[in-house]
Amino acid sequence: MIAWGCSDFGESSERVSKLRQSEWRRMSDQAISGNEVSKTDMAPKGLGLAWYQLKKNLATPAPYLMVFGIILWLGTYYLLTEGWKVPRFEKIPGPVEVIKEFFSYDPIWGTSLFTEDFHENVYVSCRRILIAFTIATGLGVPLGLFMGWSRKFKDYAFPILETLRPIPILAWVPLAIIMFSGFETPILFLATLASFFVTALNTMLGVESIDESYFRAAGCLGSKKHHVFWHVVMPGAMPFIFTGLQISVGVAWFSLVAAEMISGDYGLGYMIMDSYMVNKYVSMVMAMISLGFVGWGTSALVRWSGNQMMQWRVKALALEGR
Amino acid sequence: MAVKEKKSSRKTASPAVKGRGAISIRNVTKIYDPEGVNIMAVDNCSLEIAAGEVCMIVGPSGCGKTTLLNVIAGFHSLTSGKIYLDDELLCGPDKPLADQGADRMVVFQNGALFPWKSLLDNVAYGPMVQGILSKSEALDKARDKLAEAGLIEVADKFPGEVSSGMARRAEIVRALINDPKVLLLDEPYRAMDALTKSIMHEALLEMYDRTKVTIFFITHDLEEAIFLGDRAVVMTTRPARTKKIVSVKIPRPRDYKLLSSEQFRLLVEEAKEAVHEEAIKAFEAGERELA
Repeated sequence: MIAWGCSDFGESSERVSKLRQSEWRRMSDQAISGNEVSKTDMAPKGLGLAWYQLKKNLATPAPYLMVFGIILWLGTYYLLTEGWKVPRFEKIPGPVEVIKEFFSYDPIWGTSLFTEDFHENVYVSCRRILIAFTIATGLGVPLGLFMGWSRKFKDYAFPILETLRPIPILAWVPLAIIMFSGFETPILFLATLASFFVTALNTMLGVESIDESYFRAAGCLGSKKHHVFWHVVMPGAMPFIFTGLQISVGVAWFSLVAAEMISGDYGLGYMIMDSYMVNKYVSMVMAMISLGFVGWGTSALVRWSGNQMMQWRVKALALEGR
Repeated sequence: MAVKEKKSSRKTASPAVKGRGAISIRNVTKIYDPEGVNIMAVDNCSLEIAAGEVCMIVGPSGCGKTTLLNVIAGFHSLTSGKIYLDDELLCGPDKPLADQGADRMVVFQNGALFPWKSLLDNVAYGPMVQGILSKSEALDKARDKLAEAGLIEVADKFPGEVSSGMARRAEIVRALINDPKVLLLDEPYRAMDALTKSIMHEALLEMYDRTKVTIFFITHDLEEAIFLGDRAVVMTTRPARTKKIVSVKIPRPRDYKLLSSEQFRLLVEEAKEAVHEEAIKAFEAGERELA
């Protein structure tokens, strides 16, 4: 190829280059070990870390704003209902009444945190959500992955999906009742359906969001199709999938409660409707508040499992200060 | 002094020496047709790259350098012409799209380490999916290769946790573990500051001296081209053709002191003239860069 002419130049430059290399190695070693020191020796862990984070958090206005927000909201609620008894609000149970009833061992309206029917309602709703969410995820994620991955598959499936998706879940109620027998299956069907569409769509967008160069790199490295699917498509779509799952679990609650209100025998949605029918407004508000907390819980659970599965993303985002 | 000018290289290039990774690009043309208007990205381009050569491709942004790389790698099809790798047809009139394979490894402009795999898993990925090594063997080999490159301390970190320089070095390790014939680099150090760049250059040269893999390196940094390359091929603005070939007869191993030598400066000067002309043309045409 190319003949080297001046050999003395080559020799000296070789020596210099060796020198440079060792120097550079040492520098990079230092940089690396320096990094390790700050990580292992000084960084707090476990409880220490939690205490550090709490202290740091308390030094910012965030927690105080949160407390102030809650007080403001509860105060307004209290004044409107129990304080000033503003017209149209006086029938609504106030916060004091609801909280008292909620924690009462002997509730006036028959339902509290300690009565069996309340447990039953919460349990039934949660079980339905678990089943519906599992089915929706089990069907929606693979469908979305294939739609995002294969142009052909998308051409088949996407137009139908896009036509069915905008139909509001309430519009499916009569059909669900005709199609399925009993109380349980129509409710499960409705909750599944809504969350399925969200999951499938987000998963598809997730695959489409993957940078083309990862597919190219995988091709260069000698991947077969199934390798690309497991090592690029799946993990690459994961951030979008979990965003989708957080929305979809919310949508599942939404449609579940709608379904329970129309055709239920148990569940928090049923409890709201039933309490309303028999004028047990306190119980109605209790069911609403319970829905809020349980929904928040499921959403947090999905977020947590997402973070567990995507440590690569959590760590990268943490370094960006987010 | 040690500079020889070559025209379109087919006739004048030295015949492929022993070794592997000789690329022969013969009259390659690539026409994009996204909106019914033909855009010629590469026009009748010929270039012979010898086995084990470091060939630097220089040209203004959007001139079609990357297109050429994409055709060699098998990401894009060619419109006409032929490309051979070690006398084996990669792509030609009957097979416009080359198969993607581990004999030609690409290092991408923005980096394409899988962010969801640790550096170690990234490096072990190639041998594993090709079925050459079992998972544990692949991981062992990957650990060795990372250690060679001075990256063993960060082997278990994710790409998002290490500096861009380290990530880029790991990406080159990921490519080289497959023992490719050719390493195709697409402006890999584009977004780096000058200091990091010079460290990356030395690391790359060190790896090259160890492996003697053929390198096809796209850049628009002339100093980089002269510092690293055996030849710097200056491309015309779109459609890309070879405009001028600057031979860099500076012995290896090279180090950063070279940057201040007279010989180096003269070679950069020589290439600069050719590139500047094309850069002005490209700027005046004001066309959008092609992928």
